[in-house]
Amino acid sequence: MAKLKTAFLGKNRNCHLCLGLVIIAYIVIEVLMYTGSLKSLFINLLVPVTSYIIVALALNLVVGISGELSLGHAGFMSIGAFTGVIVSNVMATMISNDILRLVISIIVGAIVAAFFGFLISIPVLKLQGDYLAIVTLAFGQIIKSLINNTFLGFDSNGFHFSFITNTVTLGTGGKMLINGPIGATATDRISTFTVGVILLIITILIIFHFINSKYGRSVMATRDDRIAAQSVGINVVKTKTIAFVLSAGIAGAAGVLYGLNFSTLVPARFDFNQSILILVYVVLGGLGNMFGTIISTFILVLLPELLRFLADYRMLIYAIVLIVIMIVTNNPTINQFIKKIFRRKKAEGELNND
Amino acid sequence: MDFLSFLITGLGLGSVYAIIALGYTMVYGIAKMLNFAHGDVIMIGAYVAFFAVGKFNMPSLVAVLFSVLVCTLLGVLIERLAYKPLRDASTLSVLITAIGVSYFLQNAAQILWGSDTKIFPTMFDFGNISLFNGQLQISLLTLITILVCIVIMVVLTLFINKTKTGKAMRACSEDKATAQLMGINVDTTISITFAIGSGLAAIASVLLCSTYPAVNPTLGSMPGIKAFTAAVFGGIGSIPGAFIGGLLLGVLETLAKAYISSQMSDAIVFLVLIIVLLIKPTGLLGKKISEKV
Repeated sequence: MAKLKTAFLGKNRNCHLCLGLVIIAYIVIEVLMYTGSLKSLFINLLVPVTSYIIVALALNLVVGISGELSLGHAGFMSIGAFTGVIVSNVMATMISNDILRLVISIIVGAIVAAFFGFLISIPVLKLQGDYLAIVTLAFGQIIKSLINNTFLGFDSNGFHFSFITNTVTLGTGGKMLINGPIGATATDRISTFTVGVILLIITILIIFHFINSKYGRSVMATRDDRIAAQSVGINVVKTKTIAFVLSAGIAGAAGVLYGLNFSTLVPARFDFNQSILILVYVVLGGLGNMFGTIISTFILVLLPELLRFLADYRMLIYAIVLIVIMIVTNNPTINQFIKKIFRRKKAEGELNND
Repeated sequence: MDFLSFLITGLGLGSVYAIIALGYTMVYGIAKMLNFAHGDVIMIGAYVAFFAVGKFNMPSLVAVLFSVLVCTLLGVLIERLAYKPLRDASTLSVLITAIGVSYFLQNAAQILWGSDTKIFPTMFDFGNISLFNGQLQISLLTLITILVCIVIMVVLTLFINKTKTGKAMRACSEDKATAQLMGINVDTTISITFAIGSGLAAIASVLLCSTYPAVNPTLGSMPGIKAFTAAVFGGIGSIPGAFIGGLLLGVLETLAKAYISSQMSDAIVFLVLIIVLLIKPTGLLGKKISEKV
């Protein structure tokens, strides 16, 4: 039995735990939906929750594994979401299969977001600590402003584009894709929960494959001691760039999934607060802990909905919960108590194995 | 002439940013934390001044003092309740707590006073002064804002360099453990820093709302982010840096609004910030920290 356990969990124990969690959760939710015991409010939240889990995992790659604070991940989501809206609208006449259209949109969105991730990583990764954080914050703000002032239309003659003021005139059958601060309207809602879960599983596989690869180990070595890593010949900037670009791409893919789940989407949706919210999921889940991130994101996205009975007080309670969790998890006495319990369990387990 | 007028407006706005940035930078220097709730202390300060003048008919100056008092107490209270238990925790945990405090203040304000925008009463009416045969109109309030900022900056520098408490603050920002061994009460020193920062936030709120007279629960977010940017711009942890960063940011924003595009002014400001950080990675006046191996 113990052998089977190591064989199954082995080196990739965490990866398998995450996959197991996601698959079990998916089956449970599908069964509950089939039996009709889920509220529609909850069903509507399924795709956003999945998107947020994917972004949070991507952010944890940067914050937890690479050790750099990013305050602009909503920017990558935004790029992904609006790229997705454009791609899916343009292809609407060419490809009638919604799933195929969604998959292509996700791939294009991820590539575009990864490209922007690469652009921003050039200044970002030269800096350290809080200076790096502020550049990512600035990047998020710039993206929001840019999309807020973009007017993009599409008709039989191709794309029509204007900036800051709307001068786009469209032929018959034309459609405004991005309408400045109003954003995208009348988008086909082609995102599905199943595709989201598959994307989540792919994300988990990619992230763990990265962590266990040569580059992943280099990134973690750099995080723990930059100078020591450099001294053994690790190209610090290159490894961090790879992690950052990968994270941006995944965030972009999640953005597409999110964007194509709503018929209207405003650029202001992806503001500084959104970036911060994703960071909260990551920190509460545990830095570098993907399993914890999945659970904390799931709970924290649902928490405001579960607290809805508190009406006006729900965000107040949410804030208090946040503060209390942080204080409690950082309390040395409580931490020691928890460690003691776990150590006892572990010791018992080892005894049984003998 | 237009340029001069924009420049002065920019300096006025920049002075407000600088006063807020001083709060950020002092707290960062001593507690090594990004106090994201600082912007919301500004919002509370604005509401307090609003009610002090509008409801209780206090004279303007008394209202400002009252607002400073409330914000100072609030700052100390926040530090004691939320940040003090996390003194040894990771920076990220403290950051998240600060965000929690920020949410709390915003939502508390929304519940207490409603989410509608209130018109801030005119507290100070000094009128304009005309220069160059009336070609240049300068609001006296703007000049007073700039003056207040300079006075605060000078007093604060003197306080930190000349007084015993100031010395204790510098010692704490260098090394808390050693400071404690030298007989400095670190907890009190940190509380004093928060008190000063929050008091300054109240002054900034009154100046801000006198220029842009609208009060709502999210009033503090954007000036908060801008001031944070200003603090980084000048080199976080440095007091003259916050001053210069704030002024530059204000001027840059106003000029970008006037000459390029009002919608894109934020993007331009942040773009300049990225470029500045590329050239000077620790901000304009930030200390270059060399790593020891």
